[in-house]
Amino acid sequence: MRLVVDLNRCQGYGQCAFAAPGVFRMRGNEGLTYDPNPGDDQRRKVLRAAAACPVRAIVLEHRARGPVVATPPAAAAPDGVERIVIVGASLAGLRAAYALRREGFAGSLTMIGDEPYEPYDRVPLSKQALEGWVPAQRTALPRGRALDADWRLGQPAVGLDRRDKRVLLADGERVPFDRLLIATGVRAQPWPNRDEAALDGVYTVRDRDDAVGLRERLAATPGHVLVIGAGFIGSEVASVCRELGLPVTVVDRGPAPLAGALGAAIGRIAAEMHRDAGVDLRCETSVHALEGDAHGHLRRARLSDGSTLDVDVAVAALGSRRNVEWLEGSGLAAGRWGVACDSGCRAFDVNGLVTDDIFVAGDVARFPHPVYDYQLMALEHWGNAVDQAGIAAHNMISLAPDRWPHLTLPVFWSTQFGTEIKSIGVPTFADEIVVTQGSTADRRFVAAYGRHGRITAAVTFDHGMWLEFYGRLIERAAPFPPRLRTVDEPPTRQPVPAEIREAPPIHATVALTGHEPSERRAVLLHGG
Amino acid sequence: MAAASVFERVLDYANRADPYPLYRELREKPVWREADGSYVVSRYRDIVALLHDPRLSSRNVGLGGFIHQDPPEHDRIRRILDRHYGPPETPDRIDRMEPDLLEIVTGLIDGFTGRTEIDLVDDFSYPLPVTAICRLLGVPLEDEPRFHAWADAVIDGLGPPAHTPEQARRKATDALAEMGEYFAILIDAHRAVVGEDLLSAIVADASTREGMSRAELTANAALLLIAGHETTVNLITNGMLTLLRHPDMLDRVRREPEFVIRTVEELLRYEPPVHFLLRVALDDVDIAGTTIPADATIHLAVASGSRDPHHVPDPDRFDPDRHDLERIDVDARESQHLGFGGGVHHCFGAPLARLETQLALTELALRLENPRLLADPPPYRPNPVLRGPRHLRIGFDRVRPAEEIGIPRSREAADEAARQLG
Ligand SMILES: Cc1cc2nc3c(=O)[nH]c(=O)nc-3n(C[C@H](O)[C@H](O)[C@H](O)COP(=O)(O)OP(=O)(O)OC[C@H]3O[C@@H](n4cnc5c(N)ncnc54)[C@H](O)[C@@H]3O)c2cc1C
Ligand code: HEM
Ligand code: SF4
Repeated sequence: MRLVVDLNRCQGYGQCAFAAPGVFRMRGNEGLTYDPNPGDDQRRKVLRAAAACPVRAIVLEHRARGPVVATPPAAAAPDGVERIVIVGASLAGLRAAYALRREGFAGSLTMIGDEPYEPYDRVPLSKQALEGWVPAQRTALPRGRALDADWRLGQPAVGLDRRDKRVLLADGERVPFDRLLIATGVRAQPWPNRDEAALDGVYTVRDRDDAVGLRERLAATPGHVLVIGAGFIGSEVASVCRELGLPVTVVDRGPAPLAGALGAAIGRIAAEMHRDAGVDLRCETSVHALEGDAHGHLRRARLSDGSTLDVDVAVAALGSRRNVEWLEGSGLAAGRWGVACDSGCRAFDVNGLVTDDIFVAGDVARFPHPVYDYQLMALEHWGNAVDQAGIAAHNMISLAPDRWPHLTLPVFWSTQFGTEIKSIGVPTFADEIVVTQGSTADRRFVAAYGRHGRITAAVTFDHGMWLEFYGRLIERAAPFPPRLRTVDEPPTRQPVPAEIREAPPIHATVALTGHEPSERRAVLLHGG
Repeated sequence: MAAASVFERVLDYANRADPYPLYRELREKPVWREADGSYVVSRYRDIVALLHDPRLSSRNVGLGGFIHQDPPEHDRIRRILDRHYGPPETPDRIDRMEPDLLEIVTGLIDGFTGRTEIDLVDDFSYPLPVTAICRLLGVPLEDEPRFHAWADAVIDGLGPPAHTPEQARRKATDALAEMGEYFAILIDAHRAVVGEDLLSAIVADASTREGMSRAELTANAALLLIAGHETTVNLITNGMLTLLRHPDMLDRVRREPEFVIRTVEELLRYEPPVHFLLRVALDDVDIAGTTIPADATIHLAVASGSRDPHHVPDPDRFDPDRHDLERIDVDARESQHLGFGGGVHHCFGAPLARLETQLALTELALRLENPRLLADPPPYRPNPVLRGPRHLRIGFDRVRPAEEIGIPRSREAADEAARQLG
């Protein structure tokens, strides 16, 4: 069977792990990992587990996967929407496809994906799949009711013709659409030096093949692993290495792990977790060079602190690049920052005009959030892909007055070093933090983030059950620091600087042409 | 005198058999202020929000142990107990109990052989969880008469504070003290002779001994013994009562091996053993347009919340299929109930209670031939919080011998038996 757990919803009650210990495993007090495709012998226990989850976080595959019986459309769809094409057959693409059918879309649906696999979940790739418990080949996402879609897997889209409303495929086919969803996500930022990146032993972790390769390497007990970049994925990889008993060095340019996402104040707590687990953590350090032997095997890394490490595996966890190259020349506002869209997921063209037939969802999207000064933001989180997919699907087949804005507060989680880290809101949108519950020494706490006197985010370490409460404070624009009498108050509630480093802005070079309003246009010269 | 409030009418014994129409009235207003200054919250969303609101405290009435402590003390003790009870350290203790539980169930039903009438409460629903918790904890079943009396006293003292006689509360405190002494002796015995049970595992582990004082250990052992008593009894009893009122559903429990999983969830929603939870506000709390002031007592009407039509459609219909997760679309998952509470105090014994009840209802359905209610409604116990029948008389034509449906057997054999019956 197939299942997926919405770990944003999960509050770590562990009921699933009691009921089906062979399928669900707790990591520490709140972290949950699981086998996404367990054998049918586990069926009864999985059903018990899913039913027992107090927050319905476990999503099972739909039993009736027969041909789709189109339900009558809930609301009148705009005329002429008969063909929908989705480019990017992963989490956002798949969720959008099911949402379209659920909302009654009965026309043709084409799923274009460049990976040769059925849609799968990436989340386990840096966790249970690397650990060896669940093979990376077994993370296929559960199927809903039959989609009745035309699948083009292993087929990259190479272009978009907006005038003709066609997606161009690598094999020359031109697939027509009335509505298009762009869900091409991101890829791993490769190690910048091409020759070094090509050395045997140098990995990134984004897709299934990456994880299969890296797992094989880790299973062969390498002498020493180097992780470059201590963001979420780098930290998770380091955590798995320690669980496997492998010596690992983590190098990061910043002041602390996770500092880019959560600020250095919380990052220092993450640093303790690394060190307690036996990671050789080197912050404010960078890797100058990776060196191989005559056979092209990775052998050494030279670091900016002057040291040289003998390593046989290096994992570059340097962030990501958006998959937008295929949109070059399409006239959409697509560049290194992603594909810009409105809060209804409709893409902007280069002029900043909103389109009506092209939608964007998931990691590739860049959208304005009213709670955060209407700034455009891109969120590479599971929950955002799922939420936006639902909004985009709905809006694709709705008339203007029935459309929905994407206003959910951003959420994400990470499972590392036996600790469940969760966040709601936008932690980088803050100047100060204050620990409101629990204890940072025990690594069980809630930290509220604030800017200009209001609360903008909250981060929990093994305290996920409280997160929604803070979400409601953010939604109400409640004051920061929050003055509440609560259980488990720390001795002091003195805000401290969050130590967020402003991310360097991504520049676009745009030229303007024409004079009259009717002919004035923008031309994107360089997309960042 | 002012007319009785809806909440007071719920507490009135005359409404024990069917409080649900009153809950409908209760939900007309999200928050009620009672004459004694306490508050009642009636709707699903608000209750869930309050169960996860750090401004609410559980430090209130008498039951010792972590159920009435707040974090961090609560979390510390719960984690220590978890270490030998569940994941991550001991993930399969409950899972491994399944054959044992089936054996207890089978033995109890075997005991009906030759009879055509039972009181389900005394003959089955009570002895099952008590035997199970004794095996889990390592408490001698022979001592049952003693702790039965203590448990009754404690539970009688657990009503809403303002509506529970002083005498009942005193008796509860005394019973808890006596249980503490009882467990102090028992724990020493476990230290001397280490068994497979939970108490043995806890006392044998140096780190648990360090993390918890002796008084905490005895109080929490008493809590575990009592917490699963009345509650599981009521779930099993309410389960048979409800299934006998819905014979088509009883038939499906008999024929579809997986149906019982959904049935138990629906029972926890539709006829839950626990109707109210108690909290105290540490701060002013705004909820649904009302400010509940600091220090106020709050009654969370969980049984009402689980029947909130804004949460589940057609809430007064008993419909296990609403928990059929292989049919529910991912975005329509809202059928969850408040039967085990929520937040940090979410029931510790839920995995055990679910498994016991699933096995119990399946076996009763498979082995009682032509079962029927002999009194409907049955007589109820006085307690409005832990609500359930005092007796449930059931008549039947015959008890099918265990071998007829393949006992002793594996779960797979039971499924096969169910298929053949169907
Ligand atoms: C290892 C790992 C661990 C993660 N862990 C967490 C976690 O713990 N918590 C969390 O919140 N998030 C986590 N994430 C993030 C989460 O997985 C992503 O947010 C999610 O996958 C985004 O889904 P998407 O569909 O938008 O993009 P993607 O999953 O990236 O899918 C895009 C798809 O489009 C395809 N594509 C690209 N270009 C083309 C083209 N031209 N033509 C056709 N197809 C194309 C890609 O190959 C890919 O299959 C993790 C990600 C990774 C990689
Ligand atoms: C069907 C049976 C049961 C039901 C309906 C039930 C219900 C509940 C509920 C609603 C709570 C929350 C209390 C609160 O928030 O104030 C709770 C807590 C608790 N239950 Fe159960 N329970 C059942 C069986 C059991 C069993 C079998 C045990 C013992 C093994 C048990 C032990 C506990 C404990 C220890 C707590 C306190 C948890 C905490 O505070 O963290 N329960 N139960
Ligand atoms: S919340 Fe649900 S999914 Fe998460 S650990 Fe608990 S039972 Fe499992």
